[in-house]
Amino acid sequence: MAEHIQILLKNIREKDYHRLEVYEKFGGYASVRKALEMDPLQIIEEVKTSGLRGRGGAGFPTGLKWSFVPRDSGKPVYLINNADESEPGTFKDRVLLERNPHLVIEGMLCAAWALQSNMSIIYIRGEYAYPYTVISAAIKECYQKGYLGENIFGSGFTHHMLVHRGAGAYICGEETALLESLEGKKGQPRLKPPFPAVEGLYGCPTVINNVETLSTIPWIVANGGAEYAKIGVDKSSGTKLVSASGHIKKPGVYEIEMGYPLLEFIENECGGIREGHSLKAVIPGGSSVNILTAEECKGVNLDYESCREHGTSLGCAGFMVLDDSVDMVEAVLNLAHFYAHESCGQCTPCREGGHWIEKVFARIARGEGLPGDMELIESVCAQIGGHTICAFGDTMVLPYLSILKKFAPEFRERIDAALKGLEVKRKMLNMEFDGAH
Amino acid sequence: MAKEISEKAEKRLAEIIEKYPEKRSAALPALYIVQEEHGMITEEGIKWVAERVGLSPVHVKELATFYTMFHEKPVGRYHIQVCRTLSCAICGCKGLSEYIVNRLGIKPGEVTEDGLWSFEEVECLGSCGTAPMVEINDTYFENLTPEKLGEIMDRIEKEKPDLSLSTINDKLGEGLKGHPRSEVYP
Repeated sequence: MAEHIQILLKNIREKDYHRLEVYEKFGGYASVRKALEMDPLQIIEEVKTSGLRGRGGAGFPTGLKWSFVPRDSGKPVYLINNADESEPGTFKDRVLLERNPHLVIEGMLCAAWALQSNMSIIYIRGEYAYPYTVISAAIKECYQKGYLGENIFGSGFTHHMLVHRGAGAYICGEETALLESLEGKKGQPRLKPPFPAVEGLYGCPTVINNVETLSTIPWIVANGGAEYAKIGVDKSSGTKLVSASGHIKKPGVYEIEMGYPLLEFIENECGGIREGHSLKAVIPGGSSVNILTAEECKGVNLDYESCREHGTSLGCAGFMVLDDSVDMVEAVLNLAHFYAHESCGQCTPCREGGHWIEKVFARIARGEGLPGDMELIESVCAQIGGHTICAFGDTMVLPYLSILKKFAPEFRERIDAALKGLEVKRKMLNMEFDGAH
Repeated sequence: MAKEISEKAEKRLAEIIEKYPEKRSAALPALYIVQEEHGMITEEGIKWVAERVGLSPVHVKELATFYTMFHEKPVGRYHIQVCRTLSCAICGCKGLSEYIVNRLGIKPGEVTEDGLWSFEEVECLGSCGTAPMVEINDTYFENLTPEKLGEIMDRIEKEKPDLSLSTINDKLGEGLKGHPRSEVYP
């Protein structure tokens, strides 16, 4: 295993690390003490210098996002920690919330001071009941100790924090849908502009950052943005949590330095592909990105630029490894069912198109595909991408189109078999229980 | 028969509303309380939420239908959610669903006659590294095989543990006593 600097996962194996006193014993809450003595704008500058980019998937520069918040609006500024982790293949934020909740809180406090925000909300997906109890208990500890509330660390700064549970909606990870949900509405994304930094929660300036992004802030405050920028590569600075799943020997969450070669990551960290099988494909960024064939994985490094150069995206690094046992027709149908189910229903192309595509993939999988079905799917995809309010529509077509293109023979074979009336052997998924077909 | 909302729930909601800058934000927490009180989202519950958080009943009803964790019909005392999305699918979640169907004789969305079990297949639960897995009430059970799921269900039938967030809170992570909570990092 390669030695990677550990910023987020350091110490998490220590017993009771989720408890405040243990966290402090290892140096916790030193950063927020330091931050409170700094000029808030200086912290934003440090974060800009660090090159830190949003870890929720979009990779937008965090410091820049913070600098969009008007400092003289006369309205309260809200800080939202997006813990609605729902992208298929992603489970990294859960580790931070369960094992390192005080790092999450400390990061939020540093950010809150930088933004001069007196209130933050952690929006956590409803299914994360255990992480919810852990982070809630950590917040309670902070209130008891005076690390949250009024006059934090004697600085005169007031900050309140609460945890809000979602209730089962993938789309609420989209920042404006999250805001709608927080306001007691259906999670349906807003048109941008106005951007949340100017007009967010209750019409007030709001910053929404991912759990991992915020958890990085204490290190940057402690060591300086320039030090952080030295880690990783070029425009992808720092470390990244990768959620590795699928047909590997050691699935789990790994903290790697940006720029780590993808295939080495599989071999050196994940223990390689399971016995008796070989690599077929990797979806590196969570399901909403282009798939890479085994051949295409060569030369790809795990950072934003390298992934983009190779026609995919690092996203939130929900790294799914598929071996040669996977039937790609079934795999894409599985994802098509996901997106059809999770569309919020606001925009017609996404709401209707998602279901049409699922139906066509399903009939191909059942062995009832028609000649022209592949082109039909491409045509429907073309009418979704770019025609919706949020990025859901744009990104759901990425796995469809890339899988269809890169594994075309598997689809053709299935459609040809249907034409000849041959029986199709389905081996993988439990579509028959979905009730949608 | 009209269902009541307990005094305790009234008090809890009042405390929750206090914490939010605007009370409509307490709509989802309020719906969770209704579900705990009534086992599902009832009409009475919707009216109660609407009144307390200052929204119209139809708006609250919309929320209850939009968010999948709210049940509009009764579920079993133990509600199993089998994750069906890609990582779980390629790691064998089909076997878990088949096991449940065979054991309980119910299909997704159904409840057993004795009201003990219900099950459904759901989208990614954020447990891909420990696939396949299920969530029973508010507790995750990970790295499963049909056999392991069978043992867990045997124990639940025998011990009738509380696996819900609302009542056991801090101890939630322990799941079934003696049943190890899996590690999500290597």
